[in-house]
Amino acid sequence: MAFEPDTASIATASGKPKAFGKNPGVRLLLGLAGFIVTVAFTFLGLLAITFFIGRVVPIDPVLAVVGDRAPRAVYEAARLQMGLDQPLVVQFFHYVANVLTGDLGTSVSTGKLVADDLKRVFPATLEMATLGIIIGVLLGVPMGVYAASRQGSAVDQIIRVVGLLGYAIPAFWLGLVGLALFYARLKWVGGPGRLDIFYDGLVPPVTGLLLIDSLIAGETEIFFNAIWHLALPASVLGFFSLAYIARMTRSFMLDQLAQEYVTTARVKGVSERLVIWRHAFRPILVPLITVIGLSYAGLLEGSVMIETIFSWPGIGNYLTTALLNADMNAVLGATLVIGAVFIGINKISDVLYRVLDPRAR
Amino acid sequence: MTTTVRAWLIDDSPSSRLQARLGRAWRITGALSRNPLAVVGAAIILVLILTAIFAPFIATHGPLKQDLTQRLLAPGAANWMGTDELGRDIWSRVVYGARITLVIVAMVAILAAPAGLIIGAVAGYFGGWTDRILMGITDVFLSMPKLILALALVAALGPGIENAIIAIAITSWPGYARIARAETLTFKNSEFIAAIRLQGASAMRVILGHVLPLCTSSMIVRVTLDMAGIILTAAGLGFIGLGAQPPLPEWGAMIARGRSFILDQWWVATMPGFAIIIVSLGFCFLGDGLRDVLDPKSGEQH
Repeated sequence: MAFEPDTASIATASGKPKAFGKNPGVRLLLGLAGFIVTVAFTFLGLLAITFFIGRVVPIDPVLAVVGDRAPRAVYEAARLQMGLDQPLVVQFFHYVANVLTGDLGTSVSTGKLVADDLKRVFPATLEMATLGIIIGVLLGVPMGVYAASRQGSAVDQIIRVVGLLGYAIPAFWLGLVGLALFYARLKWVGGPGRLDIFYDGLVPPVTGLLLIDSLIAGETEIFFNAIWHLALPASVLGFFSLAYIARMTRSFMLDQLAQEYVTTARVKGVSERLVIWRHAFRPILVPLITVIGLSYAGLLEGSVMIETIFSWPGIGNYLTTALLNADMNAVLGATLVIGAVFIGINKISDVLYRVLDPRAR
Repeated sequence: MTTTVRAWLIDDSPSSRLQARLGRAWRITGALSRNPLAVVGAAIILVLILTAIFAPFIATHGPLKQDLTQRLLAPGAANWMGTDELGRDIWSRVVYGARITLVIVAMVAILAAPAGLIIGAVAGYFGGWTDRILMGITDVFLSMPKLILALALVAALGPGIENAIIAIAITSWPGYARIARAETLTFKNSEFIAAIRLQGASAMRVILGHVLPLCTSSMIVRVTLDMAGIILTAAGLGFIGLGAQPPLPEWGAMIARGRSFILDQWWVATMPGFAIIIVSLGFCFLGDGLRDVLDPKSGEQH
């Protein structure tokens, strides 16, 4: 799925006059324009979906936003402010304008602007997912390459099962079991939360990423405490990432190892290590980037389940709390941000794939 | 007798549609049974279905029967998987939970697969603007994070198992539409389609009677492979409290209840998790095996 070019961009590209096709500069520009149109269309689609979920699906959208305990005046004010007396198209236009100016409404449960809330919680998620993808790449890629080079061996079978387990284990369950085992029993890692309580609020937030902020402030003790707490949730995310990455790497490598040029290299007496890393591994780097991008985007999504378990004050926790409080502005804001980042990462890896792969250019 | 039946089944020139279909089923079953993982997968799914049907006979207790004197007992002879905080037998709840899982999975497949099939086939068959608009919408849905979309939908629809099913179905159809479109494009211009059209068949008749049946095998593979994801999403919704509501013995919701006891009474949360993992793995194994048999081109990249 990830490797199919979008139909929309094909449609725009094929609609262009042929005369321009000869000039590579113009073609690149047109390709770029087509790509931007696709991306814009996708984001507009995301907005349409959140708008639909917020305004059309609930029986009373005002109630969904202000909550059922709101006084009459607040209800009426919200109703007017949402422009519910206007036709849907006008409402959608206003919604898009609001989102583009960064206005996501006010959260009922925190009483603050949703946009500010999201800015505050997003770094925690970013930190966890980034560490997760690093674990996934560092372990998953070598595992996949090794499994492919020893196809059918016991290690290969084990790696295949690990890959499938990534599809079968509920993330929240793995987090719970990990907490019971590695935190409660073995005391190898820190418990829920980003820091031990007595370290809380000691580091001034600069980037919001504790690992970087603590280094800026020169607090190595807090730095290690943050790692201590990050270790388990990031490993759980890392497991799902490595399962996927190892599975895909293995299948890409098997494709390459079956090619004739690999046989040629072997016949010429190139050592197996060189055959694998220089000849077979090089060409899979480009599709691997797409896989890693997809996995990273998936981790941002997966953090929603993990954060609840680890009381991680990130966007996932914010979203689930909002869900349970029926705090619709917060739900839609978080959905919008996660969706936008998800789409953004996917599109970027798509671009990278096209730029790096000579065949797709 | 058996040899003649077998010869009839593997006949190269079947004389009836029934014989051709049974023969194909025979060959697929044969190929599947040579793949050990696929056999394991099929066995797991079979056990799941049998468990769901015969739940009252397999369970040792009532799934909702509380006994506050028997709270949080460790797994033992009387309670094979222990008891939860209300003294309910976890084994019996897991057994009845198979029914809920099966209903969710079946309902999502029944809702999402035909919808995706028809949208994809229509887009591929008509082409042009129909194709562009339908596939544009499909692509927008495909690029959304599924779990988040399902969460937001359930938030708007309200918690509950029916709404969870609807939300998961809404997030699942685009993948099927993509496949159906690709398959339709490959044989849209073949002679047998042209022949039917020359006989005056309407577009609807061509699509329903001749295009869709050819998409089914790749669709079955994809749906089977998707089942694990559907089960995990449903369990996740249940875990957050938006899916099946208490006291229903849904596996995800059971894990959520066991969360508070995970440090001392680990079995409350872990046991339903094992059920989820085994069933999801079963669908993965079977899906992988089916793909090798029915759709060998697509390889690992699903």
